[in-house]
Amino acid sequence: MSANPAVSAAVAEAHRHEWAFVLAATVRITRDIDLAEECVQDAYASALTAWAKAGIPSRPGAWLTTAARRRALDLLRRRATAQRALPLLLDDELTPGPDELDDDTGTTPIGDDRLRLIFTCCHPTLGQQAQVALTLRLLCGLSTREVASAFLVTEPTMAARITRAKKKITTARIPYRVPPEPELAARVDVVLTVVHLLFATGHTAPAGDELVRRDLVERSLDLARMLRTLLPDNPDVAGLLALILLTDARRHTRTDDAGGLLLLAEQDRNLWDRRGIDEGIALVREALGRRPPVRFTLMAAIAAVHGEAPTYADTDWREIAALYGVLVQIWPSPVVALNRAVAIGFAHGPAAGLVELDILTSEPQLAGYGYLPAARAHLLADQGRVAEARLAYREALLLTENTVERDFLAERLAQLDT
Amino acid sequence: MAQYMILIYDDEVSWAGAAPGAMEEIVAEHTAFKNSYQEHLVDGHGLHPTTTATSVRTDSTGELLVTDGAFAETKEALGGYYVIEAANLDEAIAIARHVPARFGGIEIRPIRTFD
Repeated sequence: MSANPAVSAAVAEAHRHEWAFVLAATVRITRDIDLAEECVQDAYASALTAWAKAGIPSRPGAWLTTAARRRALDLLRRRATAQRALPLLLDDELTPGPDELDDDTGTTPIGDDRLRLIFTCCHPTLGQQAQVALTLRLLCGLSTREVASAFLVTEPTMAARITRAKKKITTARIPYRVPPEPELAARVDVVLTVVHLLFATGHTAPAGDELVRRDLVERSLDLARMLRTLLPDNPDVAGLLALILLTDARRHTRTDDAGGLLLLAEQDRNLWDRRGIDEGIALVREALGRRPPVRFTLMAAIAAVHGEAPTYADTDWREIAALYGVLVQIWPSPVVALNRAVAIGFAHGPAAGLVELDILTSEPQLAGYGYLPAARAHLLADQGRVAEARLAYREALLLTENTVERDFLAERLAQLDT
Repeated sequence: MAQYMILIYDDEVSWAGAAPGAMEEIVAEHTAFKNSYQEHLVDGHGLHPTTTATSVRTDSTGELLVTDGAFAETKEALGGYYVIEAANLDEAIAIARHVPARFGGIEIRPIRTFD
């Protein structure tokens, strides 16, 4: 039987957009992630033939869910007598959390199977690498090979990491549930951190020849949109979605035709994705409107200031420096302090920026971080301190592995001598 | 319900240098913990310091080797444990959070059962 391209496309589309929904709904029945994955894979495989025969269903997600659940019930009946190696996943409707013990209703503030799934994948008792791997595998439906290649590790390494994490979920009994209200904000933050890490990894690939790994960026955007749908009132989710949209809106202008890195100052703003920027700015306004903002919201607000400036010269650096000032308060990371120093350099002159940067040169966490000497080099060059700028660019080159970024630094270094 | 072991790891040097009266305070904290979580508690004991420990292992020739001291030399040593019952890991953590461990920290391990 020859493959029907329309059916293949519909199945691929459903894989991309419905995987998490179908899997989460199936896990509810199997209470076993591996078994659910197997059933969902079977459902997608059977869709290819079934849809070719009977036509593409109007709601592919519902069709796939029914198929996967039916398969799960089938397998469960067959395995009913077989001994189980691992305990079943804990469902919050069967086992109330500690905060609900006194409360017979056992109600959670929100209920969607995809939320249960992502909160389980991003449980704080799992290591961050495991959280990321499980999220890509279970929420995005990536194969182990794809997850491995996204993080530049071998397939057996990634397979072992995923297996270990799944085993901990069942053995240590990580509950399959949406956390109750008092824990919710902290748990949402863990989920957002994972999604942001995916975006950041995709946005600036840590090594290799491509500046952006598009697939990771798109997956992180899908996840942020999914979270926005499932947690529509959560300002932190709005902040992260805004951050991704606003940063990604500049995707076409970050490199020139030859793949070289372009600074904000050099980017053609006509090529920025206006719809993404407008959507992002509206989300930032909403996210900033409520309670003290989280770091993603502030980062989005900074990206929004860039997005609003019609030209680079119009950039409100004072506003950006002020936002970094707030950000560094709630997130005292040396990297944030570095960005703040750069913003101060643009807002109040290179001398002011260099004062801030020089404070950071003794920061142990920034030792080996190429952006620090690169930022110093830039401000030193602005001040006409060519010899010092040259040294700083050389130091930055030693610390940078991304080819596109290295080419950029080498070119800046060469320009100093002309 | 599942059982978890809560392992209390302490820095024995800090323990030894603790202010007078600290021991009584810590005992009182443990009593308070046990009273609060009575229904979750299966078992629990404090241990004498590793200076009283004896390790027994077999060397490569199959010879029994009995030595003075803890099995592994670490800054923080196992100083006591509880066995609790909890619905899931979140609940176990919520309980473990209240275990007194002023000179160290807590490790939570699910208890393996063989049917």
